[in-house]
Formats: sequence, structure tokens, C-alpha cells
Amino acid sequence: MKYMALIYAEPGSSPAYGTPEFGAFMAAYQAANEAFARDGVLVLGEALETASTATTLRVRGGKPETMDGPFADSKEQLGGFYIFDCANLDDALRYAAMIPTASYGAVEVRPIQNFG
Amino acid sequence: MTDSQPVGQALAAIVREDGGRLLSCLITNLRDFQLAEDSLQDALESALVHWGRSGLPHSPSAWLMRTARRKAIDRLRRAANFRAKAGAVAVLEEIIRAEPEVEEGSAIPDERLKLIFTCCHPALDRQTSVALTLRSVAGLTTEEIARAFVVSDDSMAQRLVRARHKISRAGIPYEVPQAEGLAERLDAVLAVIYLVFNEGYSAGEGPLVRIDLCEEAIRLARLLDSLMPKVPEIEGLLALMLMHHARSGTRIGGAGEMVALEDQDRSRWDKARIAEGAALVERALRRGRPGPYQLQAAIAAIHAEAESFADTDWREIALIYRELMAMRPNPVFELNRVVAVSYSEGAAAALDLIAPLAPVLAGYQPFHAVRADLLARLGRGSQARDAYEKAIALSQSEAEKRFLAVRMGKIAAGG
Repeated sequence: MKYMALIYAEPGSSPAYGTPEFGAFMAAYQAANEAFARDGVLVLGEALETASTATTLRVRGGKPETMDGPFADSKEQLGGFYIFDCANLDDALRYAAMIPTASYGAVEVRPIQNFG
Repeated sequence: MTDSQPVGQALAAIVREDGGRLLSCLITNLRDFQLAEDSLQDALESALVHWGRSGLPHSPSAWLMRTARRKAIDRLRRAANFRAKAGAVAVLEEIIRAEPEVEEGSAIPDERLKLIFTCCHPALDRQTSVALTLRSVAGLTTEEIARAFVVSDDSMAQRLVRARHKISRAGIPYEVPQAEGLAERLDAVLAVIYLVFNEGYSAGEGPLVRIDLCEEAIRLARLLDSLMPKVPEIEGLLALMLMHHARSGTRIGGAGEMVALEDQDRSRWDKARIAEGAALVERALRRGRPGPYQLQAAIAAIHAEAESFADTDWREIALIYRELMAMRPNPVFELNRVVAVSYSEGAAAALDLIAPLAPVLAGYQPFHAVRADLLARLGRGSQARDAYEKAIALSQSEAEKRFLAVRMGKIAAGG
């Protein structure tokens, strides 16, 4: 089954660039990525630019309307994602727990719909 | 003219006894919780018709199992996306063909442990796990569970359907977890069973006819203990519930008021349950892997076996609470330790210990009740009365409010 792990965190909650903690944080991401690749579960994983760079689009009456900013008006913002291909939810949760941001924010794990 | 009533009763009894096993085995065959549930219901309806006509079959469980599998094939064939399900039908037909003609109920494998771990998966909401476990493992009807939790039949049915839907769509595995995750997952199972028990325990009042959730929780723990023998925390939880339940008849007085432990009629405690619980916790502790349920059961055993309130070994109870705190820090355990200290070392020593708990437990009724009791015992009547007022204001239950008011009334004038 494929699962998407959506990584949410409050801006500024994880170690900032230039601090000594930042190096360890990045190393943890690298270690996680290596584990995902080694176990053959990684389909895709990307970090997103900050939520302030987001543009939200709606089409109303056939016309696109845009809004400056992210869709969800919440403190915790989507910061990145992974797509895992693994046997079941237990495995997906085990890999999601390796995502370093899970220690600062939250990771939502959702199955990707299978139309087969 | 029909025998449908006795057949209906026989069927209900079979579902209670063997429904969990049948369902657990069907889920293994079908790999679909909802389809298994629906097919079993079809088989039960069919049994009502056929058994009413020709009597109970030689092995009712085997009959139900075979019928449920055939009903599942019917359902799969009727499904819109039949082609996608053709493989599943072929597998089922093979199972039915290969089945021995001997109709021994015991030939149905027992997969209930998988079922329990699935129903209590941490990815499900706890209250949902409670409902699903009572329905699927304990074999209660949706209506019974709805009544027990005072919600409508429809909303309980929807909640169960949603839960099965999440299990299948989110890929919650139908298996007993591997060694690495087992301890954590077992904790979740035990928490669900204890929630069932506490729901029954706190529901002591009210005219509503409710199924006895305490009995159901004990039955579930017994089942778990038989499926996973010699696990000390399972034994500990079972012992804990047995000993609480042994005292349940004396907790509420004639006027519907709560009766404090010191005022309970100990001669009316259920000796057999206490003996079973005490033996069980002793056996569990001898395995050398103490855990929170075992320690709480050990405390319950000290209470249950004490001749009187005054004869209780409060020093030992305080020590066990300290151990519990070290294992699982929790201000409520600390509050209970304070109570034990108040009887072993005196109310003044206890009052010093309770002060640091105020910030975390300010909204917790028992904190104020304990503080009030300590103040009253130290002769500080007006402070004690203030604390009782706070406790009564925080209480959610009439029986408890009456109990606290009586205690407040007993404070000597002045202070």
C-alpha cells in the first residue's frame, strides 16, 4: 500500500539554520532518507518552501481566484511530505516516526487511494 | 407454532460464546472486516429461518461458518466491481471445497488474538476501540452497546461501520504485532479493556438498564489471558478488576450515596473474587516483571484482604504507590500515596505532601476531597469546609455530591 506522510510544524519550532542543533537535525533527515531508501519504501519525499510563499487558488464561476497564503489557517503548516510504499499502516507509522520533524510538530499518515 | 423464540435465544447464546471466534476466522478468510461482519449477520438470519424449521444442526458453529462463507461469495458476486473480487471468490470456493465433511466446531481456528489487537489498534480512537471490541470480540449487539454508552442505535452502528472502514482503508494489519512493537500494542489493548471496566464501574447509578460492562471487561481479560498466557500485566489487570468488582455491591448505600472504603460492609465483599484476584496478582508478580496493573492490583489486594480499615497496611500501600510513580509518573498516583501516608504517618505529614500537587490537580475533585479530609482530621474545620465546597462544585455525580455533603456535615463545629 502507498501512504503519504504529511509533515506539519509551527514555523520556527524546529532548529534554525546556523544553530548547532540544525546540523544534527539535517543529519537525522539524511539518516532517515537513507533508511527509507535502504528498505525500499521511499517513493518520493520533498520539503516545501515556507507557507508564506504559498498561493491558494479557487475557480468560481469558471474564473480562477487566487489568494496570497496557504489554504489552512492554522498555526501548524505543511512543510513537506514523503510517499512510502509499504505493507501496512504499522510499517508506515514506523517509518513516519523516523521523520525528525515529528519530534517538533506532527506527521499525518494517510493511505493513498487505490482505484484498482 | 414456530420455534423461532428458542432458536433466537440459542443463536444469541452461540454468538456470545463463539461469535468472536467465527468472526475472527472469517476475517482471515475474507481479508475484509466489514464483509466478514455482514456475511456473519446473513448467516445468523439464515439460521433463524432454517433452524426454526428443522432444529439446531449437529454443530451450530460449523454450520454458521460454512453459511457465512457462502453468503460472502454471494455478496462478492453481487458487488459492482465483481471482476476485481473474482480472485477472492476463487479462494473462498477453494476453502469450502477443501473443508472436511466432519462438522467439528473445534476445527474452526481461533484468530481472536488478531481480532483483539486489530480492534484496539492505537490508530483508532479509544472509545471506538471500546465499542468495536465489545461488538466483535465480546459478541454484544450494536443496540446493547448503544444503550451502554447512551447513544442512539444509528450513531453507534455508524461508528462501528466507520471503524471497520478505517481498518480496511488505512491498512491496519490483521495480525498479532511482532515482538518489537508488542509491549506498546498490548498496553493499548489493556487500556481499552480497563476503559470498558471503568465505564461500568462509574455507571453505578441511574435507572437505565445497562449491560454489566464490568463483567464484560473481566470476560475480555479472561479471554486475553487464555490466548496469551503467563503475561504478567494481563494477569495484573484481570486481578485488579476482579478485586474492584468484588467490592462493587457495597460502594453505593441505600439512599444512592457513595460509601467510603472505611464505611463499607466488608462481610459483603465477594470472597471468591478476592481470592482469585489475590492469587492471580501474586503469580504475576512472581514472574519478576512488575508493571502498573500488577502494582495497582497488589494495592487492591491489600485493601481487599485487610480485616478492617484500621488494619490496612498503609505503609506498604504508600511504598507501592511510590514504585508506581517511578514507573509511570502520574499526579493521581501521588494523591493516592498521600492518602496512604496520612494513615501511616499522620495527616500533618500528608498535608505537606499534598501542597505541591495543587497546580496540576486544582480541577480534580478528589484532590479537594482528600485535602478537606486531611484538614478536618487536623481540626481545621473552616478550611476543611472550603475544600469540601470546592470538591462538591467539581463533582459530576449525584451520589458523590451526597457523599461529600455528608462528610462536610460531620466536621465538628468551630475550627
